[in-house]
Amino acid sequence: MNLETSNTSTPSCALVLDCVSYGVNHTDIIKKVSGQFPTGKITALIGPSGAGKTTLLKLCNGLISPIEGEIYIDGKRIEEQSPMSVRRHVGIVLQNSPMVQGTVQDNLALPLQLRGKTLSDEQAIATMDRVGLPSSLLTRDARELSGGQKQKVSIARTLLNQSKILLLDEITASLDPSSRQEIEDLIVKLNETEKITIVWITHNLEQANRIGEYFWVMVDGELREEGNKEDVNASEDEDVKRFVKGVLS
Amino acid sequence: MSWMTLSLTLIFVFIPLLLSKTLNLGLERDTIVAALRSTVQLIAVGFVLKFVFDSEHAVFIMLMVLLMIVAAVQNARHKGKAIKGITWKLFVTFVVIEVLTQTVLLGLHIVPATAQYIISLSGMVIGNSMVLAILFINRFTAEVETHRDESELILSLGGTPKQSINRQLMKSIQASMIPTIESQKTIGLVQLPGMMSGQIIAGADPVQAVQFQLLVVFLLLSTAAMTSVLLGFLSYRSLFTERMQLMKIDVE
Ligand SMILES: Nc1ncnc2c1ncn2[C@@H]1O[C@H](COP(=O)(O)OP(=O)(O)O)[C@@H](O)[C@H]1O
Ligand SMILES: [Mg+2]
Repeated sequence: MNLETSNTSTPSCALVLDCVSYGVNHTDIIKKVSGQFPTGKITALIGPSGAGKTTLLKLCNGLISPIEGEIYIDGKRIEEQSPMSVRRHVGIVLQNSPMVQGTVQDNLALPLQLRGKTLSDEQAIATMDRVGLPSSLLTRDARELSGGQKQKVSIARTLLNQSKILLLDEITASLDPSSRQEIEDLIVKLNETEKITIVWITHNLEQANRIGEYFWVMVDGELREEGNKEDVNASEDEDVKRFVKGVLS
Repeated sequence: MSWMTLSLTLIFVFIPLLLSKTLNLGLERDTIVAALRSTVQLIAVGFVLKFVFDSEHAVFIMLMVLLMIVAAVQNARHKGKAIKGITWKLFVTFVVIEVLTQTVLLGLHIVPATAQYIISLSGMVIGNSMVLAILFINRFTAEVETHRDESELILSLGGTPKQSINRQLMKSIQASMIPTIESQKTIGLVQLPGMMSGQIIAGADPVQAVQFQLLVVFLLLSTAAMTSVLLGFLSYRSLFTERMQLMKIDVE
């Protein structure tokens, strides 16, 4: 780990975790995690399933609170900000693409509706186009979409909140290769043109390799390695070595 | 009816006992407890009521109503352990409904302000309110738990706690009111309401009994609506932490 050096070389970190722990019923899920997500970069968050990746993103979005430690968003303690503004500033695309009852358009309109605004038909069509979905789907029951279509609606929906930090939880897991490429392009473009900080959980190491500029490797609730590709490849940790197996190049 | 003849009605307790035993329903204990409790409670209430009616004193009437409310709270609160502060929330709900309904009934001189009327009607209002409260709590906690994903999604997008469970709240309010509305649609056709039957047996004029029953029907419709809405709006916030996170609910 090179916490100290990266702390001084990147003074602005969109998200900083300081000794964060979380657990349910005396079971530790996140264990004293300290680390950061650099501003304006895409961080690939990898690790075996059950490592606590999803839980970590929920902590950053404020859906749950640490039982110990602090999380800082742009240098400000999360607990000092209103949960609602944290959740809009640090948007999350949840792992299983949950849909509220209603049509695809209802689901897309949700972020605006929650603020008492409405989504115009033109906006809805443009948003669908952005994630590569035909506008004919807008009137369909959202719960009857395929897994891949739901994932795209879910991404589009979160993007409508115009968050400065985006947390993505395995958002391309049910997509075919060409759709996956479209989404990767979309996120990379968002990151480049709008300087949005991205934290992207993926179980696909090739994807991590393609999109990641910075890496977190979590195993068993712990942050075992953090840094660029070289840092991860040079890791001394046996679990990290076994998990990465030289895929990052 | 003499106490002797009444004891003959124990036949109606033995029938379910016998059935439960032969069919292995395992309801013997509960049946005996139910029969014993209803006997003791009703006889006690009979004597208390006689005393209160004879004295016709406002303090005794209020004490009696308070006792009913406390008993109703006691009964319903076990179902709502998941909701913090359920005891006082139920108490507030029952008190508000009791005060509102009595204000209308007595204020507009719909019924005379005597112990007989106040206590009987309060009993029906509070009893019904209690059943509604239990129905509502059961449904609400189950709805929230089943649709956890949706609530979490709405919260994650920056929604308020209210927005995140609004659908579940409305659904539960609606569902808990349906039995009351439905049973009143068939009233008089399928079954004569217990109170009306009682009055008729006691020799009252059937038309008078019907008038009074109609009053009760309308009263209970109002009670049903108010119970679910009041309790719903008092309770939903306590399912969330102060950081607006939906807590885990232990549904029994
Ligand atoms: N609410 C919860 N209650 C109990 N256990 C949980 C809860 N959330 C997560 N866990 C457990 O925590 C561990 C990490 O889960 P998760 O963060 O989903 O891992 P990942 O996303 O890396 O696969 C798992 O063992 C999971 O069963
Ligand atoms: Mg996960």
